Amino acid sequence: MIDAPEKTTTDVKIVEPTIFDLSSPGRTGVTMPASDVPETALPPEALLRSELPLPELAEVDVVRHYMHLSSFNYSVDSGYYPLGSCTMKYNPKINEDTCRLPGFLFTHPLQPVETVQGNLALMYQLQEWLKEISGFAGITLQPAAGAHGEFTGVLIMRAYHKSRGDDKRTKMLIPDAAHGTNPASVGMMGMSVVTIPSDERGNVDLKALEAACDDTVVGMMLTNPNTLGLFDEHIEKVIELVHGCGGLMYGDGANLNALLGIVRPGDVGFDVMHFNLHKTFAVPHGGGGPGSGPVGVAAHLVDFLPEPLVGIIEEGEDELPPLYGFVKPEKSIGRMKAFHGHFGGGHVRAFTYIAMHGPDGLKDISQYAVLNANYLQVRLRDTYKVPYDRICMHEFVAEGRFEGSDVRALDISKRLMDYNFHPPTNYFPLIVHEALMIEPTETENKDTLDAFVDVMIKIAEEAKTQPDLLHNAPSTTKFGRMDEVKAARELVLCCWLPEGYDLEA
Amino acid sequence: MNAPANLKYTKSDEWFDPETGKAGLSDYAQGQLSDIVFVEILVDEGDEIEAGKAIASVESVKASAEIYSPAGGKVVAVNKDLADKPESINTDPYGEAWMIQLEGGSAGDVMDAAAYEKYCEERDH
Amino acid sequence: MTYIPISPKERDAMLETIGVKSLDDLFDVIPAKHRFPKLDLPAALTEMEALDELSGLANANENVRTDLVSFLGAGMYNHYIPSAVDHMLRRGEFYTAYTPYQPEISQGTLQAIFEYQSLMSVLTGMDVSNASHYDGATAAAEAVNLAFAQFRGKRKKVVVSPTLHPQYRAVVRTYMQGIGVEVTGDDPNADLESSPNDLINLVDDNTCLVIVQYPDFFGRVYDYTKLIDEVHAKGALVCVVANPTALAMFKTPGSMGADIVVGDGQPLGIPMWYGGPSVGFFTTRKNMVHKMAGRLVGETVDNKGQRAYVLTLTAREQHIKRERATSNICTNQGLIALGTAVYLSLLGKKGLQQVANLCYQKAHYAAQELSKIDGMGLCFTEPFFHEFALCVNRPVDEVNAHLLEHGIIGGYDLGQDYPSLKDHMLIAVTEMNTKEEIDTLVEVLSEVSHD
Ligand SMILES: Cc1ncc(COP(=O)(O)O)c(C=O)c1O
Repeated sequence: MIDAPEKTTTDVKIVEPTIFDLSSPGRTGVTMPASDVPETALPPEALLRSELPLPELAEVDVVRHYMHLSSFNYSVDSGYYPLGSCTMKYNPKINEDTCRLPGFLFTHPLQPVETVQGNLALMYQLQEWLKEISGFAGITLQPAAGAHGEFTGVLIMRAYHKSRGDDKRTKMLIPDAAHGTNPASVGMMGMSVVTIPSDERGNVDLKALEAACDDTVVGMMLTNPNTLGLFDEHIEKVIELVHGCGGLMYGDGANLNALLGIVRPGDVGFDVMHFNLHKTFAVPHGGGGPGSGPVGVAAHLVDFLPEPLVGIIEEGEDELPPLYGFVKPEKSIGRMKAFHGHFGGGHVRAFTYIAMHGPDGLKDISQYAVLNANYLQVRLRDTYKVPYDRICMHEFVAEGRFEGSDVRALDISKRLMDYNFHPPTNYFPLIVHEALMIEPTETENKDTLDAFVDVMIKIAEEAKTQPDLLHNAPSTTKFGRMDEVKAARELVLCCWLPEGYDLEA
Repeated sequence: MNAPANLKYTKSDEWFDPETGKAGLSDYAQGQLSDIVFVEILVDEGDEIEAGKAIASVESVKASAEIYSPAGGKVVAVNKDLADKPESINTDPYGEAWMIQLEGGSAGDVMDAAAYEKYCEERDH
Repeated sequence: MTYIPISPKERDAMLETIGVKSLDDLFDVIPAKHRFPKLDLPAALTEMEALDELSGLANANENVRTDLVSFLGAGMYNHYIPSAVDHMLRRGEFYTAYTPYQPEISQGTLQAIFEYQSLMSVLTGMDVSNASHYDGATAAAEAVNLAFAQFRGKRKKVVVSPTLHPQYRAVVRTYMQGIGVEVTGDDPNADLESSPNDLINLVDDNTCLVIVQYPDFFGRVYDYTKLIDEVHAKGALVCVVANPTALAMFKTPGSMGADIVVGDGQPLGIPMWYGGPSVGFFTTRKNMVHKMAGRLVGETVDNKGQRAYVLTLTAREQHIKRERATSNICTNQGLIALGTAVYLSLLGKKGLQQVANLCYQKAHYAAQELSKIDGMGLCFTEPFFHEFALCVNRPVDEVNAHLLEHGIIGGYDLGQDYPSLKDHMLIAVTEMNTKEEIDTLVEVLSEVSHD
């Protein structure tokens, strides 16, 4: 049934063969023990598959293949990665060890709670810590990533209004600078989006907000600091307006790295917020996940949290620790995923990270993240236009274009690769022309930041004098620019299978 | 860009042929979207629609857009071949890449070719 | 400030460049009354202390490798993970990279995901795979979103087999609250012995999707070809939620005509990790690829004429299509998908067939022996893979408490979800269970039956 694409005759150069190309029938990477039980006949032939066209390789071939591939990647471990909105901070190595302790790795999610008190204590403690850090009354650790947290949060907002018999609320207010997951989360709910413009200082436009606030509003989804890296100067007024029309305030916590020990979103009046443990709390991004997206809610929403939460089911006494277990919130929206969230990869790493920072260390994180961003902004603002130019939080957005030049943000980004830097985020937020969104994070030293500034200034110079250097960049990397049209038109989405496999099997 | 004089155009870049009742996406818009790789017609034959209703959704390598009906009326035909040839929106936006055909249609808020060309030029600055 | 590489002197120089006096001055925009809260958190630990604390927590668990013997499955399985898998996952080049938005410097991740897509397509017998969902349950829920979108919202009902994993059913229900798709068929009081073909009775011209599990929640293996044909005749689509290990042995959902095949990739070399992260695989037909959610890697060439890979059809996704996207998914399970690709590459055709066969053989041995116990017996007669429902004729929690005293985690209590299966447990056996362990299980359960 595999729709194997026709082999084309053009001679493309193969840098690293695929795992299927490398296969040779008869090789094995792992041998399993022989069966130690009396043999049972296989089920009827009609139920069985006749062919399993998986590759066949020895362990050394597999390891070398993936090692080759790994060398094609840029990563935080290899260099500076100022990818705005993504918080590409250093991922401490100890977290890789703690999350792989056998007691965590080899526990089954449905084991009796008495046998997993360590896991449950950790989750309970993490819930408590996240409450304290954010100022919320309840936390679910279940959501798998930021977007999953958003969906959870919007379901909670809907359930809250419904529980009050308030059925006509169908509109979500979302600023024009918002990340795509915000409107997409609302789309998954069948609600409609009302886009709220930003004012000239990068705040929510209060007039437009006021005009949009009525009794059909579910609430507002706001990233604060927003995707321009700016803390809204009227945040209290914004929240007052939304609450004033009966709406709830959703906080996209993707930018929480600016706020640890600085301000608690719950204190300011947010009702719901997701965390990105894979940004703020150093869970590695893994080349596209897994993340972890816990959601915090204010007191009036705790009954709607997904089930189950970790709770104390028997209080401890003197020397005796409490017994932890699962509890179901009274009006729960239900389950967001199977089991209990990204325990091993997410919760254990984030727990380790918070435990090692303590209250002062957390505040340091945000202060230095903001210091680094402002330092870069000040040093780059004469070369690259910063359209919303004021003290920023942990990131800022500059324009990647110059008067009278056809160089674009994309060209600047590609040229940065020639200098061995990862580019900033391009073309987001949508309200800045040729956006370059720069987030240094707190784990870069001044030398790196200075080197980055020097290169950015040099590239601006090159844009004037040798624009083709930029248009054709990168030229020093192993791979050059890609034919994206070919990829989308020809749509080859899986490997050629080795010769001789029966595709219809 | 190319904007045939016999057609009418909307601010959201659809064209409408008052003679045949056909509608589609303008040459200017296809150029902005660049290489189109997917199109889905969102209405069926027999639907009664009003001007401004979403009739198609297109995706290019880099962008996506909704196409709104430049006129109201009864949908008498949809271009079923278009789904297999989305690139024809790039190569022949006013011919092969028509999207729907309306009957008894009345154009919505449309302009003539000259006004549309001027409107596009303004947006390029 | 454990990981901040800036000296006080450098900090002061930077503050001066910015033109503020202190770090605190950078935060004047924060409402004064909420600025700089004192966080009531324990004081910072050093790395040495943190490792100690975390080891203490980990050791407070009883794990299923060194402390306990487990016959628990129900959606997460205790399989052997070859050492090389984690060695690859520990490469900083992989785990400290972001989503491969810049293909020139992300070919490692891109090619690995392309291979993952290929491996999942082969395993399920489908045309295309995306780069992953959060887990099997959310992948199943997203299958409904895909089907709903494929019919442009005109079919508003999904038929869910009652023998789909209870937590998956719950997640589908949660996801459907918003768009108002009616969920039917998932009645735990339904006749669990009836043929899956009977689901056709619930399918009408408002139905966009039917979801069945393979093997089903009770481990039973059905050929869904007839059901799928009949559902297709009514114009709807079918999603099969599959166990990937079973797919090494049993005919593919693709060959049965399934439109979407999803499942949880955890059995493919991923630790149970108390429930996650695992990876939800999602495969479908080429004609639905434009509505499929998630990242998709496609082959192309670079400007040096080299074969290379890029994220493709990105205009489907939230960052471009925003509220009109099929799904909001952004961060997915990239690294775990890589783990399954390494696992499948290492085991290859023979290895995976061996694992599947060992699971099958041991589970059948266990089933035979257990059903000899007085008062106990298998609940169903259909062919099964590595899981089966056992009637123990007394409360499962009592039985499991007894087993635990002997260092054994017994089966999943089916009465929690299915009233008619009170006093039944779901037992899973994998290649990790030795004959000796199975014999001990039988022995201890025989004791129980004589109490
Ligand atoms: C501002 C913002 N919101 C939401 C998200 C979505 O988070 P995730 O990718 O974890 O789903 C992101 C991440 O890219 C983001 O930057």
